[in-house]
Amino acid sequence: MTRTIAVVTAGLSQPSSTRLLADRLAEATDRALRLYGEKVRVEVVELRDLAHDLTNNLLTGFPSESLAGAIDTVARADGLIAVTPVFSASYSGLFKSFFDVLEDGTLAGRPVLIGATAGTARHSLVLEFAMRPLFAYLRSVVVPTGVFAASEDFGSNASGSLAERVDRAGRELADLVAGRSSSGPTDPFDNPTPFEELLSSH
Amino acid sequence: MQFGIFTVGDVTTDPTTGRTPTEHERIKATVEIAKKAEEVGLDVFATGEHHNPPFIASAPTTTLAYIGAQTERIILSTSTTLITTTDPVLIAEDYAKLQHLTDGRVDLMMGRGNTGPVYPWFGKDIRDGIPLAIENYHLLHRLWREDVVDWEGKYRTPLQGFTSTPRPLHGVPPFVWHGSIRSPEIAEQAAYYGDGFFANHIFWPASHTAKMVGLYRRRFEHYGHGSADQAIVGLGGQVFMRRNSQDAVREFRPYFDNAPVYGHGPSLEEFTSQTPLTVGSPQEVIERTLGFREYVGDYQRQLFLMDHAGLHLKTVLEQLDLLGEEVVPALRKEFEALRPAHVPDAPPTHPSLAAAAQAEEATR
Repeated sequence: MTRTIAVVTAGLSQPSSTRLLADRLAEATDRALRLYGEKVRVEVVELRDLAHDLTNNLLTGFPSESLAGAIDTVARADGLIAVTPVFSASYSGLFKSFFDVLEDGTLAGRPVLIGATAGTARHSLVLEFAMRPLFAYLRSVVVPTGVFAASEDFGSNASGSLAERVDRAGRELADLVAGRSSSGPTDPFDNPTPFEELLSSH
Repeated sequence: MQFGIFTVGDVTTDPTTGRTPTEHERIKATVEIAKKAEEVGLDVFATGEHHNPPFIASAPTTTLAYIGAQTERIILSTSTTLITTTDPVLIAEDYAKLQHLTDGRVDLMMGRGNTGPVYPWFGKDIRDGIPLAIENYHLLHRLWREDVVDWEGKYRTPLQGFTSTPRPLHGVPPFVWHGSIRSPEIAEQAAYYGDGFFANHIFWPASHTAKMVGLYRRRFEHYGHGSADQAIVGLGGQVFMRRNSQDAVREFRPYFDNAPVYGHGPSLEEFTSQTPLTVGSPQEVIERTLGFREYVGDYQRQLFLMDHAGLHLKTVLEQLDLLGEEVVPALRKEFEALRPAHVPDAPPTHPSLAAAAQAEEATR
C-alpha cells in the first residue's frame, strides 16, 4: 500500500532550518515505513508560500485554490509531520493560522509528529507546552518523541542526539501509520443526513 | 426568471469621503432603492435581518410593508429571516399580515444568522443553530397550513389549540426559500419540503455553490417534488458597473478594499476571479451572470447585492439604472432561450400558488 505523509513546515527563510528538520523527519519516517513494506509518498506544504492565502482565508472564510490544495493534502494524508520555528515562546502565527483554517475534525485520530526549531535549546519545551496541546485539541495522536533542533544541533556529529531523536520519532510515526486502516475523509455532500433523521427529535 | 436585489442594511462609512450615513438616512435610502428597483423593472426586493450595529435591518416586515405601500408590482422578500432566534409564531403572523397588506407580493428566505451574541440576546444557543432552524421551520410550516395547531417542541412554549392570525392570504402560505452558505442540512431541509434553495454565492467560490445546489437538486428529486432540474434555485450576485470597464474598477476599488466582509484581504482581482463578484461593463456582467447556469443548472431567481460597503445612494441608483435597463433585459432573453420547457421559468408566486390550490380543490 502507498502511504502518504504530509509535511507542514512554517520556516520563513530560504533555506530554512525548519524545512531542514522537516526533511530529516520525513526521511526517517520514509525509511521506517519501508521496513514495513509500505510505499511512501511525501507531500510538503511550505506555509511561507501560502501566507497571503491564509490571511485571506481568515478574512473571507474560504481558501484560495492553492490553499485548498494544501488543506486537501493534509486532510487525506495517513500521517502528518508538523514543524515550526519558535517565535515569542510558541509556534509561529503563520503555523497556527494553517491549523486555524482547517475544518473541525480534519486531523481527528491522525498520527502526527511534531518538531520545532530555534536559535537556542532554551526554547525546547515549546514542543510540550504549545505544540502538543494544540494537536491534542485537534484530537490527533501525537507520537511520544517530539524533535527540537537548536542551531547548534545541526553541528553535532552524525551519531549525536539530533540524529537519534529524528530516527526514533520517524519510527514512532511509521508504527502508527503502518497500523492504520486507510480511510479518506467523508464528504457530507455525498451522504447527507436524511431529513427525517434531522427532524426526528423535534 | 426573476431578477432583483438584496440588501444587508449595513451602515458603512464611505471610504472615499469618510462620511458615515445616519441610521435615518440609511433607512430612507433603503426605501428609495426598493422603489427604484421596481421603477427599473426588477422583480424582487429582499432585505436582510440583523439585530446589532452597524445594521439598520431589524424589523424587516415594517420596512417591507412601508415599501409595499409605495410600490405596485415588486415582490417583497427577505435575505434572510432569522428562523433560529425569531419565534416562528411571530414569523407566521408578521408575514401573513404582510401578504394581506401587499396582496400576496411576499415570499421569504429562512437563514440562521451568523452573529454569535444574537443567539443569547434572544435566549438561544448558537450551537443549536441547525436544530433551531429545523424545529422552528417545522412549526412555521404547520402554523400556515393548519388552522388549529397543537405543538410541543424543545425550543418554545408548547401550544394547545393555537390559531395563527391572520390566516395566509387565500389560504396560501408565502413561498419559502432556505438560504445557506455552507450547511448541507439546510439544502436537505429545502429539498424535503419542496421549498426553494438560495445559495448566497457571493462570498464563496463557484465550486462550493455547485456542490450545495447539486445536493439540493438530488434530494428534491429524492423527496418526489419533481426532477432534479425542476428544483427551485436562487443565487446571489454582486456587481459594480460603469460603461467603461476600467472606470468601474477604479471607482469600486476603495469600496472593495475597505468592505466590511472581505476588505483588507484578497485583492479585487483575486476576489473577482474566486467569487461571482463582477466589476466592469454591463456586457461583462451579462456574460458572467449567464455563466452561473453552467454550474448550477437553469435557475429561477437571481438577486444582486448593490448597496453595501458605503456606496452613496446616488451611485446605487445609477447602478440600478444600468441593471434594469441594460443587464436584466438581456439576461431575461438569454436565460429564457436556454431554458428547457420542463424547467420552471420562475419560482412559485402568490397567483401561481393560489391557482394551483384552486385546481387541487376542484379535483377533490
